[in-house]
Parts: sequence; C-alpha cells; structure tokens
Amino acid sequence: MGAMVATKNVSKIYGKGETAFSALENINLSIAPGESVAVIGKSGSGKSTLMHILALLDKPSKGKVFVDDQDASRMSSRQLDVLRNKHYGFVFQQFFLSSNDTVLNNVILPLKIARVGRRERRERGLKVIKAVELEDKTDTIASNLSGGQKQRTCIARALINNPSVILADEPTGNLDSHTGKKVEDLLFRLNEEHGITLIIVTHDKDIAARCSRQIHIKDGKLTSREYA
Amino acid sequence: MKFTDLLRTASSNMLRSKTRTILTVIAIFIGAMTITLTNGVGSGIKSYLNKQVGNLGATNVLFIELTDKRTSPSSGPAKYVYNPNVRVASTGLGSNQLLMNLKDIAIIKSIPNITSVVPSHSISPDYIVGTGDKYQLSLAQQFGSTTSDMAIGSDVNNNSSQNQVSVPESYVSPLGYSSSQSIIGKTVTIGITSGEGLQQTVTAMVTGVQQENLFGQYNAHANTALANQLYSIQTTGVPSALANTFLTAEAIFPSNLTTTQINAIKSQLSAKGFTGQTIKDEESTVFTAINAIIIVFDLLGAVTLLAASFGIVNTLLMSVQEQTKDIGLMKALGMSPRRIFTLFSIEAVLIGFWGSLLGVSFAALIGKAINAIGSHGFLKNFKGLSLLTFPLSTVAIVIIGIMLIAFLAGTLPALRASRKDPIEALRYE
Repeated sequence: MGAMVATKNVSKIYGKGETAFSALENINLSIAPGESVAVIGKSGSGKSTLMHILALLDKPSKGKVFVDDQDASRMSSRQLDVLRNKHYGFVFQQFFLSSNDTVLNNVILPLKIARVGRRERRERGLKVIKAVELEDKTDTIASNLSGGQKQRTCIARALINNPSVILADEPTGNLDSHTGKKVEDLLFRLNEEHGITLIIVTHDKDIAARCSRQIHIKDGKLTSREYA
Repeated sequence: MKFTDLLRTASSNMLRSKTRTILTVIAIFIGAMTITLTNGVGSGIKSYLNKQVGNLGATNVLFIELTDKRTSPSSGPAKYVYNPNVRVASTGLGSNQLLMNLKDIAIIKSIPNITSVVPSHSISPDYIVGTGDKYQLSLAQQFGSTTSDMAIGSDVNNNSSQNQVSVPESYVSPLGYSSSQSIIGKTVTIGITSGEGLQQTVTAMVTGVQQENLFGQYNAHANTALANQLYSIQTTGVPSALANTFLTAEAIFPSNLTTTQINAIKSQLSAKGFTGQTIKDEESTVFTAINAIIIVFDLLGAVTLLAASFGIVNTLLMSVQEQTKDIGLMKALGMSPRRIFTLFSIEAVLIGFWGSLLGVSFAALIGKAINAIGSHGFLKNFKGLSLLTFPLSTVAIVIIGIMLIAFLAGTLPALRASRKDPIEALRYE
C-alpha cells in the first residue's frame, strides 16, 4: 500500500428507492505521498462529492477511504476532526476567511481549534505568513486584501499544521490569470520543496498539466484516462 | 478551542452585529432592573422591619390573650353560660375584649417550658417632668431582654431594682435637655393618680434614648421595678378583683426552644382557651404581605425576561445564520460539534451576563438615589430606613439566574449551529 489517501470501491448514493441518484460509482484511487493530482470533471460529474469524501467531510455510502493506510470508516468523529485538523490543509475557491479578522488571526484558526497556546500560535502563524510572502500584511483585516493575497492567506492557513495533504478546490477560480499563476506556483513549490501531497480540483488545463497525475471524472465514474 | 479562545471568539461574534446585540441586551437589562429593584425594596423594608420588631420586645416572649369564642363570623353567637370569672373590658371603640385574671396566670404557668408569666398591666401615668414643664407621658412596660434600636445609651434593665426609664428622641427637648447625650443618667419625675384620686410622684433614671421607629414610637419604656411601683400606686384603693385584671399577659420561655417546642406551648395555650403569639409570629404576618407584593412585581420582571429570552433566541438564530460559512469552516478544520455548541451557548450567556450586570448596576444606582432623596424627603419619618437594599446574594442570584435563562434560550440556536453540515455550509452560491 503506502498510499497517502486511497479509496476502495467507494460509491455515494443520494436518496432512496426510485429517486436514488448515484453521485459516485466504484471509485478506486490511490494517491502516493508527494504526488500532485488534478481532479478534472464538469460540474455535476461528482468531483465535488469525491473531494468531500477524500477530505473526510462526507462518508461514502459504500466502500472505504484510507488515510495513511488507516480505515477512516473505523474512526470516531473526534478522530476524524483531529485528522482533518492536523493531516489536511484546505484551500477553497471562495477563500472562506473571517473578513473582520486580521490575516494572522485567520491563519492561526486551525491552531486555535487544536488548542495550541497563544505564543506558539503567533510564532507559527508568522512563519507560514512569511512562507506565503505576506509579512507586511500580518495585521491587515482580511477584507482589505486583494484576491491573490486572500488566497495566499488561505494557503498559509492550510499550511499552519504542517499538513501531509493539501486539498485545493478551484484555488485559482476566483483570481485573474496573473495572480492565479502566483498562487499556482506557490502550491507546486510546496509540493516539490516540502513533499506535501497536492490534490487539486480544477477546470484549469495548465494547472492540470502541471500535476503529476490527472484524474478525470464523468457521471460519477473515473474515466479510462486516469490509468493512462 | 480552549475555553478562553471560545470566550474571546464568542465575544467578538457578539459584537459583530452591534445594534442587534445592544437591543437584546436592553431587553434583558429592563428585566434585570425590574427584578432587582422590587427585590431591593422588599429586602430594604424587611431589614427595616426586622430592626423595628426588635423594639417590640424579646423573641422569647409569648403575648397571650383569651381566645374570644363568644361570637364568630361562621357560626354566630355561642350559647351563654354563666361564669363569674369572665370579665369584659370595653375598649371604648364599640368593641370589647375578655379580661384575664390571676387564675389565668396560674393556668398559663402550669404549661411546661414556660418560665414565668407576667400580667401586662396598662399603666396610665399623668405626666413626666425633667428640668422644666410637665408633659404627657405614654409608658409601656418592657419585657424580657430587648433589642431596641437605641439612638444612645441602653434600654431599661429588668433585673435592676432601681427605677429605670428610656425615652423616645422626641422627649429629650421637652424634658429640658439640649441633646440626647446629656439626658443619660439623669433623673426624671413621673406623676400618677392613685385609685383613691391622689396624685403621687415617682422618680426614675433615664438609661437611654430610643431611635424613633415605626411601632410604638411614642412609648417610653419602664423596667419592672418602675412599672410595679407605678401600678401599685395606680391600683391603691381599687377593689382587688378589678385591680388584678388585664387584657394580655407575657409569658417568657427559654430562648433555646425549638420551633416545635414553641408550637407545643401554643397548642397547649389554645387548648386552655388562650391565644399566644411571639414577636416572630406578628412579624411573619407582615412579611407574608410584603412577600406577596414582591412576588407580583417579580412576576412582571419575569414576563419581561421571558420576552427578552425570545430576543436572545432571535438574535442568536440570526447570528448562526450569518455565520453559516464560519461554522462550516471551523467544522471542516476539525472543530467538534460540541465545541460549536459551546461557542454559541457562551455567546448567549454573555448577552445575558451583560444585560443583567447593567440592569443590576443601574438598579443599584437608582436605589442609591432614591435612598438619598428619601431620607431627606418622603421617608423622613422612618428613621433608619433604607428603602432599597441590595444584598450581594440577591444580586448574584439575579445575574446567575438570567445567565441560566440566556443559556436555555441559546440552546436552540446553538444546537442548530452545531448540526450545520460543513459541506452545505461551504457550498458555493
């Protein structure tokens, strides 16, 4: 095995009986540590559902998800919470920053949730803010940031717990091509320099091309190109 | 999240929509203020009455009179049976009362736990004179060990063989003294007319000056020695059958008796045709009335708080709605539903806390102002009365109670927040 994230015969069915709708069918996936993977598909293809299942935010109707070779279905909700907090970093298309809070406070939210002390929070917060080159914006209120700065703040937040995996959902979807490129570069640098596994849901062909592997999803099924 | 972080986050969430929070806080503020003020008035009056009741006499005394069974509202007049012992005194107000005599004293004395029984003679002196003119005097015999509210000096001592008297403050100047201090230890003369119609005088030492009070504020107190001497003069030449009749008697019992033992005495008294009441009994009649009034006002406050608690529910539901994305994010980042619940509960409790703290503080300020104005104005005649008092325990109960109500009001929104599905919450529009 040795997979960072893996799925085994994962299906997701919404509803029951005649109205049942199968969002995912028999997904078998294995993502190795340090890989960069693009999940590509049209809207309604099931890629969001797959993303949520990989992120442990949703449970499959059938099949199993393994994180670091551990069966997620056997974990308590508390363990899942800890895993999401420590193991994963999330980057969203719409940022999800507390707009009235400073960059620093936004970045250290995962540490706050993990009950890390104030001093350590600040130290580690400043470190990741430096890593995404936002030192001069540390105490800026999030709503006063540009789109690119917001997304870099999100990446800093995703990085703060030294995650093994970064799950990015359309990370450049809300950015112009120039700032989008910078964010893209940052994500791939983290993948290359720190060996953080990257899973990116994207429409962007350039980003998809830069990934070491592309997973295509259509009508809830992986298409053959995955194996190419 | 650590508790301090939860508290901080809840505080900043609370301030996110200031107008809404302030309006909710105001609703709680009004409820808290109403309840604190009514309770403040209640406890002010009660503590004043407690002090005043002390002036009426010791707590280990039963005031006994004959139970009047001659007529009752429910069964009409009782059948007349000739009894040479029964005497009736007219009060001069169209009603009359049964008189006790020495036989009754003997009966009361035979009841266990009663250490002594003294007839309560009414003494009618003619005048009192100090260094100047003669003045009218209203005198009452003081029983047991008293806890009178004294302005200066001490109350009369019943164990002393010396004639002693304590006078209300208003007597000081008529008796020819410039200050309460200067009258202490001085001798005054009391004039009284005997049964034979001769006016005689008795001297007594002033032991203290009483603070003016609600009950019996015009009575000077006489100790046993003085009262006995005055009574013996008053009844000289009066037929003994008449001289030894009285309306009430005071029975003293050991002060360490339990309520059950006191009640046993009372039921024995009632079996023998007497009614006995302690100071506490009389006090509790008054307190019952005061409590009833306070409860009515408290209910008004409670209704306000009920309305305010729906304000909390509303405020928090909106807060939860607005923070859907933040809640979703926190959950995605590993915050447990329980912590989310706690976070919003704290926000509710904080609203309750600030509302009640402001309400209680404002009530205390109002109370202080009313007390200050009142003691110079409309409460001038009630010396020693603080109309409003705010014991710390009451204040604490009000604040904690309101925080509890706020917590309960917050459970619905907090539960809704804790159950938010992060996937739904983080869905893009």
